[in-house]
Amino acid sequence: MNSVVLLIILSIYLAILFYIAHWAEKNNNSKWTNNPYVYTLSLAVYCTAWTYYGSIGVAADSGLSFLPIYLGPIIIAPSWILILKKIIRISRVNKISSIADFISLRYGNSRFLGAIVTVICLTGIIPYISLQLKAIAETFHIVTKTPINSLIFDDTTTYVAVALALFASYYGTRYVDASEKRKGIVTAVAMESVLKLVFFVTIGVYVTFFVFDGFDDIYQKASLLENFKEKNTIGGLPQAINWFLLCVLSMFAIFLLPRQFQVSVIENNREKHINTAVWLFPLYLLLFNIFVYPIAWGGNILFDGQDVNSDMYSLLIPQFLNNKTLTVLVFLGGFSAAISMIIVSSIGLSTMITNNILIPYNLLGKLKSAETISSKTILNSRKLGIFSLIILSYFIYRYYGLDYNLVSIGMVAFVIISQLAPAFFGALFWRRGSRLGAIYSILIGFVICFFTLIIPYSIGITNSQSTFISNGFLNIELLKPFQLFGLDYLDPIPHALFWSLLFNSVTYFAVSVSFKGNYRERNYAEMFVDINKYITNHENAFIWKGTAYRNDIEKVLIRFLGEERTKRAMNIFNVKYNVDKDIELADARLIKFSENLLTGHIGTASARILISSVVKEEKISLPEVLKILEESKENIIINKKLTETSNELKVITAKLQDANQSLTIKDQQKDEFLDTVTHELRTPITAIRAASEILHDDDEIPDELKKQFLQNIISESDRLNRLIDKILDLEKFETGKQTIYPSQNNLVQTIEKSIEPLQQLIKNKHIIVHVESKSKVNAFYDEDRIVQVVTNLLSNAIKFCPEIDGLITIQIKEKNNFIHTFVQDNGKGINPDDFDVIFDKFYQSTNQNIKKPVGSGLGLAICKQILEYHKGKIWAEQTVKGACIVFTLPKKMVTENL
Amino acid sequence: MKKILIVDDEPNIVMSLEYTFKKNNFEVFIARDGLEALDILKTNFPDVIILDVMMPMVDGYATLEQIRKDKNLEHTKVIFLSAKNKTSDIEKGMALGADAYLTKPFSIKKVVETVLELL
Repeated sequence: MNSVVLLIILSIYLAILFYIAHWAEKNNNSKWTNNPYVYTLSLAVYCTAWTYYGSIGVAADSGLSFLPIYLGPIIIAPSWILILKKIIRISRVNKISSIADFISLRYGNSRFLGAIVTVICLTGIIPYISLQLKAIAETFHIVTKTPINSLIFDDTTTYVAVALALFASYYGTRYVDASEKRKGIVTAVAMESVLKLVFFVTIGVYVTFFVFDGFDDIYQKASLLENFKEKNTIGGLPQAINWFLLCVLSMFAIFLLPRQFQVSVIENNREKHINTAVWLFPLYLLLFNIFVYPIAWGGNILFDGQDVNSDMYSLLIPQFLNNKTLTVLVFLGGFSAAISMIIVSSIGLSTMITNNILIPYNLLGKLKSAETISSKTILNSRKLGIFSLIILSYFIYRYYGLDYNLVSIGMVAFVIISQLAPAFFGALFWRRGSRLGAIYSILIGFVICFFTLIIPYSIGITNSQSTFISNGFLNIELLKPFQLFGLDYLDPIPHALFWSLLFNSVTYFAVSVSFKGNYRERNYAEMFVDINKYITNHENAFIWKGTAYRNDIEKVLIRFLGEERTKRAMNIFNVKYNVDKDIELADARLIKFSENLLTGHIGTASARILISSVVKEEKISLPEVLKILEESKENIIINKKLTETSNELKVITAKLQDANQSLTIKDQQKDEFLDTVTHELRTPITAIRAASEILHDDDEIPDELKKQFLQNIISESDRLNRLIDKILDLEKFETGKQTIYPSQNNLVQTIEKSIEPLQQLIKNKHIIVHVESKSKVNAFYDEDRIVQVVTNLLSNAIKFCPEIDGLITIQIKEKNNFIHTFVQDNGKGINPDDFDVIFDKFYQSTNQNIKKPVGSGLGLAICKQILEYHKGKIWAEQTVKGACIVFTLPKKMVTENL
Repeated sequence: MKKILIVDDEPNIVMSLEYTFKKNNFEVFIARDGLEALDILKTNFPDVIILDVMMPMVDGYATLEQIRKDKNLEHTKVIFLSAKNKTSDIEKGMALGADAYLTKPFSIKKVVETVLELL
């Protein structure tokens, strides 16, 4: 393909990325940029050109050994919920902006430690970036079928590198506060992660199903090749140990690589995004690895016997088969993988260089003098840092050639970065870990790496002129770099990892235990290890003694934050800790708060140096610190308990209010009930009294009328009596004094028995009563009581039936062990809201326009009691028209409690 | 002949009142609830109304409110006759513009006396 065409495609591609970054930066709160998927995909910056091209090379040359690099992260991913969350919390609270800051802060704001970590990262990562640039350049030349131009400024890939450097330095330094989120970059990286996966899977599917005939076909053809068996055996125990060490190596890498720390910790917006990453990220890695093997062996089959770089199979296969589109897509996928690594790494590294070397060591000008350093200087230094890192890496690639394959350089980087592991994980879990321990452990680990990896790789593993590798340092057998102390069954990478980490951890432990750290270290140890306790008010956990004036501190803050932000921050502080704004003296909390504000801008060590330059600190002894810490821990616990108690009190208060309200309602209901009962009692008495009075006083009353008045007196007396019976009945049921006498009865007969006395009423209102049932349905009940229930339900139904065409339907159905009886009328029905309350004894429908309740409001309450005594139920049901009450009775004796 | 309207949903009570007032030379109208009463009052303007409070459809209080809005019934006296005998019930009735409030059970003589006094 013509290189101009490819360059145009590349420019369009880069422009799209620019646009996405630009858009995301503007919409940094949109759900498209701020979601767990973008977060997880940005973690996939782990998959670089090494994964994209290198894995295939490894798979083609030595079988499955490409896998451990992905197995490690997959295995460790579930622990993110605990460990990564902790790291994120610590970093957020302390405004940490890089792994160098993280380690340096934990070990007492150590400037030296921050610098060492930075140097380690630079040593490991710069060649790694070179490698990505190399991948871009080489693949560019493969796709365009052009030779690499020996004149650097005539080579088009140089300009690609420059463009990348500009992009990264522009978007990576939008904020002076390096702990701010860079949504633009993250979204672009996530986008690239999608593209590289899609393109890789596309070429995988192409090779497996179009070039060959599925996985089986590739396997069968590959097994005919020589070396197939040899390359695909896992090998005995030594190989297993190699695998194990490589898994450990990649587990460390996923936490410690500056680019991983950047995307997983610094750019994390919400802790809960981790929950998605925990499953989605391993899934992503698995998807990526499915097709590595088929492509690798497909390439081995197609290019059998030819001298071809197996790293480049994924490009060479489509090119060989003349599929131009696919070739370009694969190239773009690899390009994506490479540039996301380059950009994220260079941002992380340049922050470290500025915040952990240049500023604290006064290389940008005197830190303590007001004129020289400003936010602008810092930003420019970071911009320049990113740009020159990328350009430097490109020159390294051009001048040193980097003849190793993609994987080995990456692995060397991993081992170097792993030297941070003991100090880093110790910071999270071990309070005793000290600054000296961390410094010596990292240095010793690095020296061993230097000896076992960097020197041999620099002179060339296969260099026959040097005896360093074959005979050992100074020809001492025990000092062979790849078989140190006679350990001869490990591959160079696991070998180096084993020895360096062994010495590293032992040193860290031994020095930490032997030499106690100072109080500052111990203070931060407490804050790191117990971050969950201090998460809300971590300034409280900071111990500091001395004299400081707010004025001085504010002046320092203004220098880096500006007048307005400083003012705002101070207000926040005053409100958070309820501090009077006119107080002149600063306390420990303000010192820590201000250090935090500065940390994002200039790193932890410099923040500490700056603040201490304007305050007068008194030394505190270690025991004193421990005592204060213990106290503050107790305070925090007490505070927490207080909050809990007050929350409980709130809940109880709410419950009491509820109870009170329901009591009030009950009271009202009781009043209403009493009113109703009084009215009901007084009404017949009134009628009786009036009639009696007339009979008594009036002698001229006609006989017929006299008889009528006497009849009234009798019926009203009966009414009075019935009412009293009902009230007493209910009272007996409610207090459990009632007894029932159930026996086997025919329910159909009982219902007929209940209808009989009501016949007159039914006739008067011209109502049709319809009973649907078998002739005999046996159930177990007290017949008198059920007659009472049916009578009550029928009376209600009769009352509510319309004047014309009244219809009452009674249905009896058997269901399981119960008989269901439905009593339905065609009246105005019951409001569904009232379905439950109509069975309450104080019930009066709130929704009926009848002010006076029909009946005493006791009938249904009594029915309910009776049925509950029978272990049956009663309820109202939704109907098309009219009211429907259903009650159930057991078929047979229910043994318990009758 | 004076006219009286008796509003109550208890037929046996109404019967006693009806007999007594007829005997005292009143023309007696009867309504079973407030709605019926208001219906009758559209065309008839009695001198006195005996009004129960707790009735279906429209209760005594609401009925009185309607009555007091009617110009034709300006001079009509209204007596509540109710089983509700709490002070607050009585006050509410009087506040709505009743001329008297008698509680159930009542003495017929007392009811007649009250009616005659008001006229």
